[in-house]
This record gives sequence, C-alpha cells and structure tokens, in this order.
Amino acid sequence: MADPTVVVDDLHVVYRVYGAGGDKGTAATALMRVLKRQRRPSVREVEAIRGVSFVVNHGDAIGIIGRNGSGKSTLLQAVAGLLPPEKGCVYTSGQAALLGVNAALLDDLTGERNVVLGCLAMGMSPQETKDSYQSIVDFSGVGNFIDYPMRTYSTGMAQRLRFSIASAKSHEILMIDEALATGDANFRAKSHEKIMSLRGEAGTVFLVAHNLTEIEASCNRIIWLEKGRIMMQGYDVPGIVDAYLEATGGEPRKRDKPHDSEPHVA
Amino acid sequence: MKERARDQGGPGTLTDELVASELAEAPAGGEPLAELAARYGLRASSARPGLLAYATQLWERRHFIMGFATARNVAMYTEARLGQLWQVLTPLLNAAVYYLIFGIILGTNRGVPNFLAFLITGIFVFNFTQRAFITTSRVITDSLPLIRALPFPRACLPIGYVLIELEQLIAAMVVLAVIVLSTGEPLTWYWLLAIPALMLQAIFNIGMGLFLARLGAGADDFSQLMPFIVRTWMYSSGVMYSIQTIGTLKHHPTITYILQINPAAVFISLMRNSILQTQRLAWPGSKPYNAAKCALYNLRGKNLENSAYCHGTLTMSQLWLYAAGWAVVALVIGFVFFWQAETRYGRG
Repeated sequence: MADPTVVVDDLHVVYRVYGAGGDKGTAATALMRVLKRQRRPSVREVEAIRGVSFVVNHGDAIGIIGRNGSGKSTLLQAVAGLLPPEKGCVYTSGQAALLGVNAALLDDLTGERNVVLGCLAMGMSPQETKDSYQSIVDFSGVGNFIDYPMRTYSTGMAQRLRFSIASAKSHEILMIDEALATGDANFRAKSHEKIMSLRGEAGTVFLVAHNLTEIEASCNRIIWLEKGRIMMQGYDVPGIVDAYLEATGGEPRKRDKPHDSEPHVA
Repeated sequence: MKERARDQGGPGTLTDELVASELAEAPAGGEPLAELAARYGLRASSARPGLLAYATQLWERRHFIMGFATARNVAMYTEARLGQLWQVLTPLLNAAVYYLIFGIILGTNRGVPNFLAFLITGIFVFNFTQRAFITTSRVITDSLPLIRALPFPRACLPIGYVLIELEQLIAAMVVLAVIVLSTGEPLTWYWLLAIPALMLQAIFNIGMGLFLARLGAGADDFSQLMPFIVRTWMYSSGVMYSIQTIGTLKHHPTITYILQINPAAVFISLMRNSILQTQRLAWPGSKPYNAAKCALYNLRGKNLENSAYCHGTLTMSQLWLYAAGWAVVALVIGFVFFWQAETRYGRG
C-alpha cells in the first residue's frame, strides 16, 4: 500500500455570509437590533462541508463530482489550507497547490506583473521567476495581451494565464478546480498533457470537473459529493459516474471500450 | 459511511456495493485518521507555523512583498489622466487646503517660524501613518480573493500596503525638499537624520498595520470607524500647530508631555527637526537655559526662537528613544497579534 499524502478527518467547513438579506436595511432597524442585543439577521451560516473523511495515497488521481453547490470547490480549498475547518482536520504531506477558476490574481495589473507576482507568491526566487517567465507566457498563448491589465482579458484568456502560472512550479499535491473549463480545444489538449506530466511529478492530483469524460480520462479514483457529504467514493470510476448520472437524471455514458484508469506514477 | 449513504437515499444497491468495496480498500482500517496522519508524518494543512518559522517564511517572500507594493503603486493611478503625478499632487493639495485654513484664515501659526514648511512637513509625515492605518484596516477584506487563491504568509499583505504608502511618501518627500529649500531653509547634514526617522516610522506603521489588519478582518465596523479615530489623532498631534504654543497647556506640563510623546508627534518632530533648521533651533532646551529670554517667550507667547532658551520637556535624544521604543513595541505586539489569527483570515 502506498503512503498516504492527504488525510481528511471528519471535515466540516462553514461559511459566514454577511448581508444575506432578511433586514430592511435602514438605520432604525439596525439600531433596534443593537438595542435588543440580537445577532445580525443578515449573517447566515452556510455549512458547505459536513463531515467528510477520506485517505488519499501517492499516485492517486481523484476526480470529484457533484452538483453545483455540493461543496467540491470548498473541499479543495480546505485541503489546500485556504479555508479553515470549523471542525475536523485535513492532514497533508506538503503544501497543496490549487488551480481554480476563482484563483483571482490582481485584476488591475498587467498580465506580465501577474506572472511575476504569482511566481513570487508561490515562493519562487526572482531568478527562477525570470527563467520561467517566457515559457509561462508562451504556454498561456495570450500573446500581446500580456502587456494589458488583466481586467481586459476574456474569461478564457485569464484562465489560461492562471493555469500557466500555477503549473510553472511542480507541486507534490496538485488540485485543479474546473481550471480547464473555459479554454479552447487547443489549450485543453495542451493542458491535459501538462496535467499528466505534473501528475508524474506531483504524486497526487485532485480534479474537479463537470466534464465527466475528462474525469474518466484522468482519474483512477472518484468522490461524489452531495450537499457537503460523500455520497459514494471508490476506485470504480465508470461505475460511480454512471450512478451519479442516474441520480441526476442523465443518460448512462456510452463507452467504446472497457475503461481502465490511467496508469499513474507514484 | 454505509449508513450515511443510506440516510441520503442514495441510489440503492449500487451505492451499498460500492461503499463496501471502498471500505475494504481504505488503508485506515480501524485506526483513527489522526493517528494514521501522524504515523506518516502528515501535517494539518491549516496548522499555524511557529512564530520563528512564520518570520522566516515572511522573509522568503520579501520579493513578493516588494513586487506587490510596487505593482499596486503603479496600478493605482492608471485610470487617471495625470497618472503618477497624483502621488505628488495629492499631498500638495492637502497642504494647500490646510495652509489656507490654518495658516491664513485661522492664523494658528502663533509665531511658528517658517510656518509653511512646518505645516507641510507635518502633513506629509502624518499622512503616511494615516494612510497606512486606514488601508491596512481593510487589507484582509480587500484581498479575500487573493487569500483564498494562494497560500502565503498573510502578513505579506499589510506589510505590502505599508510599503505602498512608504513609496508614495518618498515621492512626496522630494516635493517637500523642494518646498522647504525654497522657503529659505538651508541644506544641512541634519537632513540625513530624516532617513532613520522615516525608517522608524515605517516600522511603527508596519507593526500597527498588522495589528489593525487583524482587528479590521474581524468586523467591518472597525474600518468604518478608523477615519474618525485617525482624524482625532491628527488634531491632537501638532500637525498644523506647535504643541508647545497652546496657551491653555502652558501650566499643564504633563498633558504637553503626553501629547509630545504620542507616536505621531514624535515622528513629526523628528522630521521637522531634521530638515527645518528654524525648528531645530527653536526646540525648547536646545540652547543653554536663559531665564530672561525664556520669560520673553512665555510672556509674549510669540517669538518661538526664544523658546530654545527655556527648559525643554523633551530633549532630542529622548525623542529618538521614544521613536525607537514605539517602533519596536508596535512591531512586536502587532506581529504576534496578527500571527495568532493567521489560519482564520480565509474565513469569510
């Protein structure tokens, strides 16, 4: 049995949402609330993850599926240590790197500044940053737009640049959250290759995607989340995908050949 | 796990079968997961590093902090037609407004020699602390997307924000130097003292910035209140008047003393005494005590030059000690206070 790299032990994650309505929003109502010592009604607690446990080993590529709002992205953020758990704990063998749609860089800065700052924030030295700068820009394919502020980028372009920055460094644990959803076909093919080679170095990959073909192609293990809890998990990727499709009302997938999970490098 | 799947009303037999097979493969066996993690040397991903390790991590990210500050500074005025000129125009306009109100309309100069240079120095120096306080109290809420996207020591952000303000101040200092020289102040070796004075002020601001960043992260009410706190502070720190010339304070040396050792007043006085010869020569206690001349100053309350012959409440070296003290105390307390909540900053 390979060594575990990620252990998630009864994880609970709670978001506190401010300004979730329920108040008329006038100064008078706010004053009454303070006088009556009531809690703000506009603070809502959202339990995004409610008691999830699993163990992940070296060489695993885990696909995470589930409906919108089932807690997939939250789970990844908690594993990366970006969202503190309310209860329970996540143990990892090293810093996990998260590539996500929300991985907002600094919008009003140019792409060039974002590449440099992103690399430095990941802990690369100025020399390493300089050395990998050109390959990051080339891989992203944003071309001349690198000199423009990122707020002028299309969603796909921003996505490509973010992916290129984050994949410039090899990570022990790599988590990809819909990072490839908006790229064009050419970029998706390029980044699939990159994921595979990163997986070779990384040892452990998490992949969140609504594209089930992508999950089946890249993952040897699958976790199905539903309302913050694990519905199913295991190594039978096509089986769980079919069960998921059945539950969500989709057609079972047609497969040309019996599916084998990708060979993985430990 | 099996029961949970049933509770959820999962799709029947298939679920049970799969969950069962998953359990058989799970390496945990009956062992508690926390012990399994400990056995393989895994660390809690949301664990807070030790104080020393945290400081080391922060040092390793120094290039990120510097790059972040510079880039933000460049981006700050990209929407404005005059661009980076605003770095200099903003403090200049501030100075013009205060000069109009306090220098011309209200006439608070009360015999302060070279009041224009006195006022502008005070405003520029105070503005550094003011801006640092206001921006750092919002830094965590402002940077939530970045915090949730990348793991890095969060203290990078308030430190970066203070450095942004420091860079702005340095641009403003060039303007200040031109104004001061044009009002007839000589260029002396004392000007070099402006550098350590600014460094101590920057350290103080970083310490307080870390402190305020944590306070501001908890409740937004605090950052709403911040501008008022800072403004009250400004009016009591001798920015647009000289603390020692306030008539009502003449017979309350303790209050005068407290006002003079408050950090803002200390840093302002240090800067004024470094680059303004008229201020340095008028600092009480800077010349041997001369009862007659001091009485003249006390009597008429005007000619501030004569105050140099009075007994001073604070000597220059005491002023430097206070500055260093404030800087160290703020940095230590602010750093520890910020670090204690390190793992909670991501929570919305």
